[in-house]
Amino acid sequence: MSNSFDTSDVFSAANAASQPAWLKSWQAAGQSAFTAATLPTRKTEAWKYTPLKEVVAVPWQKHAETDFGEGIQFADWNEVSIRIENGKLNFHGELPAGVTLISSDDFSEAQAQSFIEKIEAQRGSFFFDSLNQGALDQGYWLKIDKNVQAAQPLHFNFLQAGSNSMVNTQLLIEVEPGANATVAETFTQVAGCVGFTNANTTIVVGENAHLTHYHLLLEQGESHHIGRVSAALERSARLTTFHMAIGGVLKRKDIAVVYRGEGAELSMNGVYLPTGNEVIDYHTSIDHAVPNCVSNQIFRGILGEQGKAVFNGRIHIHPHAQKSLADMNNRNLLLSPKAEIDTKPELEIYADDVRCAHGATIAQLDDNMLFYFLSRGISRAEAEVMLSFGFINELLDALSDEPVRLLLQPMLSELFAKGQADLTRHIP
Amino acid sequence: MLSIKNLQASVEEKQILKGLDLTINPGEVHAIMGPNGAGKSTLGNVLAGRDGYEVIGGSVDFHGEDLLELDAEERARKGLFLAFQYPVEIPGVSNMEFLKASVDAVRESKGLAPYTSVEFIKLAREKSKAVNLPADFLKRGVNEGFSGGEKKRNELLQMMLLEPSLCILDETDSGLDIDALQVVADGVNSQRSPDRSFIVVTHYQRLLDYIVPDYVHVLAGGKIVKSGGSELAKELEAHGYGWIEKETV
Repeated sequence: MSNSFDTSDVFSAANAASQPAWLKSWQAAGQSAFTAATLPTRKTEAWKYTPLKEVVAVPWQKHAETDFGEGIQFADWNEVSIRIENGKLNFHGELPAGVTLISSDDFSEAQAQSFIEKIEAQRGSFFFDSLNQGALDQGYWLKIDKNVQAAQPLHFNFLQAGSNSMVNTQLLIEVEPGANATVAETFTQVAGCVGFTNANTTIVVGENAHLTHYHLLLEQGESHHIGRVSAALERSARLTTFHMAIGGVLKRKDIAVVYRGEGAELSMNGVYLPTGNEVIDYHTSIDHAVPNCVSNQIFRGILGEQGKAVFNGRIHIHPHAQKSLADMNNRNLLLSPKAEIDTKPELEIYADDVRCAHGATIAQLDDNMLFYFLSRGISRAEAEVMLSFGFINELLDALSDEPVRLLLQPMLSELFAKGQADLTRHIP
Repeated sequence: MLSIKNLQASVEEKQILKGLDLTINPGEVHAIMGPNGAGKSTLGNVLAGRDGYEVIGGSVDFHGEDLLELDAEERARKGLFLAFQYPVEIPGVSNMEFLKASVDAVRESKGLAPYTSVEFIKLAREKSKAVNLPADFLKRGVNEGFSGGEKKRNELLQMMLLEPSLCILDETDSGLDIDALQVVADGVNSQRSPDRSFIVVTHYQRLLDYIVPDYVHVLAGGKIVKSGGSELAKELEAHGYGWIEKETV
């Protein structure tokens, strides 16, 4: 068997680029693995509802571009903005004390070795991983030193441009014991770009450390985004992470969290809003590998027109992982009879003294809520817009960083407005 | 202002209202009392135009218009206000946005310009103070995490902002202790005026000690079986609904 996804142009370009020797050899291994792999089909469970034919049909290339635009700018956040342009780090600013960032171009031999080990230790069997490795544009290693409370949020502003442009990135976020940081990753592409981003993020939150993390897939138009976020939590670590996906042809993100020490806590929320013919797919997997850990997961989706979404939430509680608390909730709102959601909880519980709750709902708007609006003189159309917005906004309201909320709310209202400004004048 | 004639309505194909007549003039307060299952809440919902409440006979004239021909939102814009027994919680939609959307919609139907945000925030703060609802309740989700009394005060706040000509209070006393009841009743009394009428739907006479009605009607078996002045409520309290039912049989 061989891979019917022809990435030879991309691999040739990667091989022609000037890269350190260790990366060349790591790429070579990735390329052979990818070439030997078989493209997932509808019969492959993990890809059953996510069509890849559009991604595979494009002759992807690597491009040198110059105009990447502004990407995402937060207001009044005092963040350090770190630009990654078609996979290449472009940052000359200053980082807060105790925070370091190195690109793979500058790794020492020992750092390269350690980077690869950390990435591979948290890897599963994701089909696009070997492509990521084989065509990696650059890796970036962000480290928050022990006991450092990072004085500013760190914003990775991923930007993409070009025609049939493929980008492969790997960000390693390491929060050392007792440290605390906020990291936002935003992904956008310039207008007119036809792009495929294969973005991986690997997170290690050390003992008693806390990471607040945002992973926002905001590419519009002819964009395809596939990738993974993989996090490991040490003893008493906390990870608060928020995911969002809007726009584009296809977005697929696999998020895996594994507990390595007791007393760790995960709060993971996410929203997805496919409309038109967009497809958005979140696969989450929480591994309660040790006792006494907590996971709370809320994902909500609104599906308009022929939009399609997948939420596959796996929770695995290992035999000795007693006193695990795992909550998972997925709610979906369908605004059109042609929209489609495939939601699937997958619970594997092998310990007996645990609390594990899960729920998945698919609904239209609540009649009682709708009548409350009507009974106050608000038109049905406006009520529907306000209620749909509220359904998502509830999770935005819970964000601890107001500038992130203030960035996302207008994007949502624009999405709901669709040229009917009148209907959205009462949403922020 | 409101004239209900021989109103018959059903819910899920079960007839609840079986020929109800009621006329309300401007400024009057009418209490509707009755045993559970008599159709008290149905009356409020039918008048407000809720889906699932089907009118199968009779007529309702509101300010010279056929009320039953209007959609729920049009009824609200024309001055009808239903204060809910159990106001729904709507997380994610801020109370302030909700109130402004409502007030703007009602003003627009009267040909008035919407308030600017600054004007509205000032007005909403002023009114929420009048109903003793702290200003931060305006920022929270609609009724989200509000206590029973706070929800009722929020209904009152909406009433004050919308300035309706007919207010229907659906079992406003349910879930309130005496202190909360007093606050809500004071709010309602402050809104009484020569051109605003009230229908106070209640099971207990208690509420009517605070909101003293001009007329009391007993609703039983889907129609009004007895009407009188406010003293009728006291008789009901003393003798129970059984007394009326016996008397009318």
